[in-house]
Amino acid sequence: MAEIQAVLADQFHDLEQQHETATFGMWVFLATEVLLFGALFLSYAVYRSMNAAAFIDASHHITTPIGALNTAILIASSLMMALAVHGAQSESKLLLRGGLVLTIVFGLIFLGIKGYEYHHHYVEHKVPGIAFEYVGPHAQGANLFFFFYFVMTGLHAIHMIVGIGLLTVLLLLAWRGRFSADYYNPVENAGLYWHFVDIVWVFLFPIFYLLGRG
Amino acid sequence: MSAREITNRTYYFTFGGLLLLTLATYGAAYLPLGHWHTFAALAFSTTKAALIALYFMHARYSSWLTWVVISCAVLWITILFGLTLGDYLTRGLG
Repeated sequence: MAEIQAVLADQFHDLEQQHETATFGMWVFLATEVLLFGALFLSYAVYRSMNAAAFIDASHHITTPIGALNTAILIASSLMMALAVHGAQSESKLLLRGGLVLTIVFGLIFLGIKGYEYHHHYVEHKVPGIAFEYVGPHAQGANLFFFFYFVMTGLHAIHMIVGIGLLTVLLLLAWRGRFSADYYNPVENAGLYWHFVDIVWVFLFPIFYLLGRG
Repeated sequence: MSAREITNRTYYFTFGGLLLLTLATYGAAYLPLGHWHTFAALAFSTTKAALIALYFMHARYSSWLTWVVISCAVLWITILFGLTLGDYLTRGLG
């Protein structure tokens, strides 16, 4: 009873209400994020309709296997995150801490690969605004494609960096034994955020990496 | 059923399903589907997103309140895409 009093905030009737409130808040935030990325996806859809050939052409300058590998890495990180949340819930230190560590590691690998790709594009003069060069009939459309590519994957990468920061803080808190079966809301909410960022990538992958391959 | 009753097996199966769908998306991109490519890609992505939301994010085991929020997000994005593309695709692009 004493432990529950320590983790139950005054404004809540019981732990279940506290938990439900926390996840409700995070889901509402994620709904706003859906609109944030949604607006970008919509813009992409419109401009792709207007520049179909250019977008297909430009997509060939992006390496598909790397994108597929990154997708698999991010999905694996989501599995680790789900296991970490489960670990918090079942008070398994191994699952919680190990899961958080592996989520962070996979996230960093994803970002490393993204950085490698960005560098490659920079060297190939495919960054709009930085000595952009495009050989072919669709230079303007290709410029637009790469603009969308860097803005959308860049915004996604920023979300990942924030997520990794959050997870690092959680790892520290977990190390200090802050979480229990009665109180693990921050871990669950970080999980919701991380899975959402994964969902965004699941849509980003085909629209940039898989155009005109068939 | 609450989130407390999920076992790790559910997560592993979901993970396996997601990897298979990723492979399928990848493979389908190289098939001669013509203008069905967009639909196929979106279908795969939506299925993967649904799996992540239902199982990793515990949506399947969540309260009606969570479902209200999820429904709102789906509704708003449908309106966003529906009305905008409805305009462009019927009145012409550019």
